Amino acid sequence: MAIKPLAMAACTLTNALGPGLQASLRALRRGESGLRPCDFEDADLKTWIGRVAGLEEEPLHGEFAPFDCRNNRLARLGLEQDEFGAAVRIARNRYGADRIGVFVGTSTSGIGATEHAYRQRDLVTGSVPATFDYQHTHNVFSVTDFTRRWLGLTGAAFAISTACSSSAKAFAAAWRQMRAGFCDAAVVGGVDSLCLTTLYGFNALGLTSPRPCRPWDLERDGLSVGEAAGFALLEWAEPGDERVLLLGYGESSDAYHMTAAHPEGVGAALAMQQALTRAEVPPEQVDYINLHGTATPLNDAAEDRAVVRVFGPDTPCSSTKGWTGHTLGAAGVTEAIFVRLCLEHSLIPGTLNTRQRDPKLGAGIVLENRERRLRLALSNSFGFGGSNCSLLFGRSPSPRVGESRGEGEP
Amino acid sequence: MNLLAVEAVGLMAPGLVGWTASQAVLAGQRSYVVEPMPATMATLLPANERRRITATIKLALQVAQEAMTQADLDAGTVPTIFASSGGDSEVLDKICTALTQPDRPVSPTHFHQSVHNTPAGYWAIATGCMGPSLSLAAYDSSFAAGLREAAALAWAEQARVLLVAYDLPLPAPMAGRRKIVAPFGVALLLNPALPVNRLALLRLASGGDEPADRLDDAGLERLRAGNPAARSLPLLCAMARRAATRVILSAGDNATLSVEVAP
Repeated sequence: MAIKPLAMAACTLTNALGPGLQASLRALRRGESGLRPCDFEDADLKTWIGRVAGLEEEPLHGEFAPFDCRNNRLARLGLEQDEFGAAVRIARNRYGADRIGVFVGTSTSGIGATEHAYRQRDLVTGSVPATFDYQHTHNVFSVTDFTRRWLGLTGAAFAISTACSSSAKAFAAAWRQMRAGFCDAAVVGGVDSLCLTTLYGFNALGLTSPRPCRPWDLERDGLSVGEAAGFALLEWAEPGDERVLLLGYGESSDAYHMTAAHPEGVGAALAMQQALTRAEVPPEQVDYINLHGTATPLNDAAEDRAVVRVFGPDTPCSSTKGWTGHTLGAAGVTEAIFVRLCLEHSLIPGTLNTRQRDPKLGAGIVLENRERRLRLALSNSFGFGGSNCSLLFGRSPSPRVGESRGEGEP
Repeated sequence: MNLLAVEAVGLMAPGLVGWTASQAVLAGQRSYVVEPMPATMATLLPANERRRITATIKLALQVAQEAMTQADLDAGTVPTIFASSGGDSEVLDKICTALTQPDRPVSPTHFHQSVHNTPAGYWAIATGCMGPSLSLAAYDSSFAAGLREAAALAWAEQARVLLVAYDLPLPAPMAGRRKIVAPFGVALLLNPALPVNRLALLRLASGGDEPADRLDDAGLERLRAGNPAARSLPLLCAMARRAATRVILSAGDNATLSVEVAP
């Protein structure tokens, strides 16, 4: 039997395309990338990044001052968009503040605060500045703690940190926690912000491109690092629910290598297959796949093998990393919400920046935007440590009266 | 659905070297003596991987391996939950130090080991386990959060789940801002099928407003209060005593997790 679906009651998204859902939808439709040559702090790297504008000038104040760091500023900016706070307030009245879980994915949390503190170490003692607050900035739990306090929620809460699959797995964790009865609704999310650790780290691994990333391109040569905050409010779907639903999830481990994906994409295929199995959906019914598609030569090749194995060559799929860059721990929720936008607005996004499809890759990669009614769509997220997660979203076939069918601006 | 059996335990901390050897101390039959921890080997890993791993990875893998060996089960079939407040601070310290130097020579090995799910990744490589695995953090409540998520996963999958919780003291200068007094690693092999052959039966519930349990032994209490993974100690002590009881574990600012324990 298919698992009990979860409804995405509300969501919000902030990334290099701008704050709020409309900024993302507009840029997706117009094919406008959020990537720019690296201008983060004093990083001296020949690469492109997806930076969220204005975070540098927006510190956190008052009771949230201890949380002040780029990652939590990004979380705050995200939480302020799309009336997400109002939707959570309604849910809080309905379920109770202690019955709503908070599960936020992040890879590096506020490590930028530690990077800054290390640069200001005392020359004699080696100590960091007195203002450095490890718990509320750098620690992995910091952004989850910030989010639940900002939203006034007191239920089950933990951070999920499985590198680039983190915030996809937040959806799976929320489903499990709700099914176990530990909460009745959940705020899931992902927040990862630019920092020198990831920029220089990916550079050291030879994985950053000197150009805007080009997923599935014959000349693809690496990823563009981005940053994002995305949140969704999840509750059990009702009969006949017309909202976008999480119908299935799949999680697997490659058990192969810490950084390289399994060349045959065995673990990735397993995650996709499990998402379909949980939803009781045959692969041919899936209308669109939002790929992990980081644009590194090996990752795209491995994911391609996996997609072809599960879906064959015809299912339309694309990577939206050319718009946002790879937002790491926030990639899962970013692309889950992109999938929601696609389902609601009948859009299959192309693969921005990609010019010539690699002839060795066989998946049904879409290069230009298409308008088409979608019912079921899958989102893939894969991370270091061989951590894979696939999420299947869908909506009922009958459109609501007066609903946007994809014409004009939303 | 709120029941779970514990089938095996892995344990490593100063003076608590392995579950079998530690039971008398945990049951209060022998006093707790702080002794240096033996070097953990993580023998499950291939030799080429073992050369490069850190104390954090070794500790997590050691307790995971102990639990699976005790249960005499193929670890390649068991989904995992890894819970840690701080992850691998030794690696993060090296990266942040490299970032202060000219040209910022971040080591690629350190970078890939910096992710919170590094022990989970190495464990999957060592055991060939392709099942689901989650790595989480909840500051001082990391163990309670991990136990809840391991239970939720076990019930959802109707399968055994291995919970691994670990934390180590942070290197200077971070140590001054986050006090973890000693390394502590614990692994619990949980089974929702409640086999007769078990170490304990657990029932989880919200602890309400009750304060978290403290331990009578001053040394163990210092460990419990001083390491997020050691917040499991009231549960481990109850299991070692093999008596029916209820323990209250710290699970957040004012929240607690109540665990009924029966042999």
